[in-house]
Amino acid sequence: MTTITKLPDPVAGGSKHPQRGKNPRPGRGRRLGDLRIALLFILPAMVGFVAFFLIPTIRGIYLSFTEYSVLGDPTWIGTKNYTAIFADELFWNAMAVTVQYVGLNIGFQTVIALGLALLMHRVAKSTLIRGVLLLPFLVANVIVALLWFWMLDYQIGIVNEIINWFGLPRIAFFGSEQWAIPTIAGVNVWRHMGYTALLIFAGLQSIPSHVYEVASLDGASQTRTFWSITMPLLRPVLVLVLVVTVIGSFQVFDTVAVTTGGGPINASRVIQMYIYQKAFGESDFGYASALSVILFVILALVAFIQMKFLKGNESDLD
Amino acid sequence: MTTSALSRKTPGSNPASKPARQGVHKKPFNWRRAGAWTLVVVAIIVTVAPFLWMLRTALSSNASLASNASNLLPADFSLGAFKRVLGLQTPEEAIAEGGSGAAINFWLYLRNSIIFASVTTAGQVFFSAMAAYAFSRLRWPGRNVVFGLFLATMMVPPIFTALPNFLMIKNLGLLNTFAGLALPFLFMTPFAIFFLRQFFLSMSREVEEAAMLDGAKHLRIFFQIVLPNAAAPLATLALLTFIGQWNEYFWPLLVGQDESVRVLTVGLGVFKSQSPQGAPDWSGLMAATLIAALPVLLLFIAFGKRVVNSIGFSGIK
Repeated sequence: MTTITKLPDPVAGGSKHPQRGKNPRPGRGRRLGDLRIALLFILPAMVGFVAFFLIPTIRGIYLSFTEYSVLGDPTWIGTKNYTAIFADELFWNAMAVTVQYVGLNIGFQTVIALGLALLMHRVAKSTLIRGVLLLPFLVANVIVALLWFWMLDYQIGIVNEIINWFGLPRIAFFGSEQWAIPTIAGVNVWRHMGYTALLIFAGLQSIPSHVYEVASLDGASQTRTFWSITMPLLRPVLVLVLVVTVIGSFQVFDTVAVTTGGGPINASRVIQMYIYQKAFGESDFGYASALSVILFVILALVAFIQMKFLKGNESDLD
Repeated sequence: MTTSALSRKTPGSNPASKPARQGVHKKPFNWRRAGAWTLVVVAIIVTVAPFLWMLRTALSSNASLASNASNLLPADFSLGAFKRVLGLQTPEEAIAEGGSGAAINFWLYLRNSIIFASVTTAGQVFFSAMAAYAFSRLRWPGRNVVFGLFLATMMVPPIFTALPNFLMIKNLGLLNTFAGLALPFLFMTPFAIFFLRQFFLSMSREVEEAAMLDGAKHLRIFFQIVLPNAAAPLATLALLTFIGQWNEYFWPLLVGQDESVRVLTVGLGVFKSQSPQGAPDWSGLMAATLIAALPVLLLFIAFGKRVVNSIGFSGIK
């Protein structure tokens, strides 16, 4: 949930800056300014930041170079965890499974959400409709997972009943190796499509109407307008949406944990599931930390590449 | 459902609330429009139908589900599932209806979820507001550096800090306590601080400056002027935080396994795997998920507009 409005910082941060210098306050001259009172105001947040973000980040990196089974102290083993990981078939399997998941999830989700956003923008403009479409996102992952686990049940799930009614063979959605990941991806597309659509919708609203007016005066068709105006102007928002959703998608866990637990065999053991099992199943915190460092690096790279190649921070409007 | 046929010349003119109602042109029947509306209706059905199926299953008798798998109405209508979940059914009755007979402490999990979500929400919003005040209204050396550091942590994936945090909570002897559950969420999230700072920066400072000239101190200005003036964004943030905390699964799974502090999301996961006679208690499970989702659904019905528009807010600004 907290990912919700993570989105705006590059956009919003910039536009707010000018205001900062506007009101020079009486205390500006003194070098320390309001330092003492500021310390008081920032103290609780600082405690939280240092104790639960900063130190854990440093400690996580440190632990990744150690062998640590929680009993006793961590022993420094250099890069052994990393070399072991690169030779670890289960790791590569987890990466492959995760990438497959992200591809399916993001592919379908983005296309559907873009369609929904256009509908919200052009046709169904009521807030009520937007609210209804947002509903699945507000319900816990666990609940959504359980609901679909029931609806997709092999024997008596309604979806298989419908499939059966059409005379097609039943599908073991969560129980078969080839269906597990597409199914989990589909469930999360259902949960996130309305939310993603709202993010894109907000971007559509920021396109000034005069651009459309000019296009329609020039006699541009709807399709033409979409590809030559909407898409290019929407690009910065679309890139941000992609960065946020891809990063979130890589960290899929709840749905997997509640439905398949990583199975059947290794078919849905995504990377975060693998980290969880290493740490809490096998008490191998060093190895698990090294895995999460790798995940962290991958996410940073993904974000960087997306911003770079899709030029997310430049708008075609200017 | 308001079906307003609008000219599409006013996109974005009124981003915050309802679409503007002016410019309604009577148009002849338009196939394109009909197609678009069909898609909207399909999207709404796809979104809502699973929730109705959840309700239908919860109102069914579990033993009859298998033989009425495709009947759209509840199979052998019964409130048994809800009674079972809420502990109002004897084990014999429960087994007769296809339940497991094992007691689940639903009320306890519900209480735990309420404590966990409200304590973390209150702490996070309040402390983040204080920090946001320091970042937007006070001048002190290193302010922008510290703010940048806070923002940078938004990039760190939760799993990355979860392992060391778990170890720390364990070392402090706080596993399976509310303190252990709540602490990492209690003080701040970079997002909350960022969200409020943006609002504080956009708020007019005239009243504050006048109060300052009258000799009011920062603490008074914060409590008596800034907080009341920021009531709307604070409420939005609190709502978003509460929903997020209510739905949190990973952290409580790590540190709150014990019955006494187990929250609903974790409890539901356990409930699912708790089916001794093979056939799961689907109606019980759906009744439980329905009740677990209820607080969020009620909040959404009451304040939905705020949530919907807050998501828009981000992208527009």
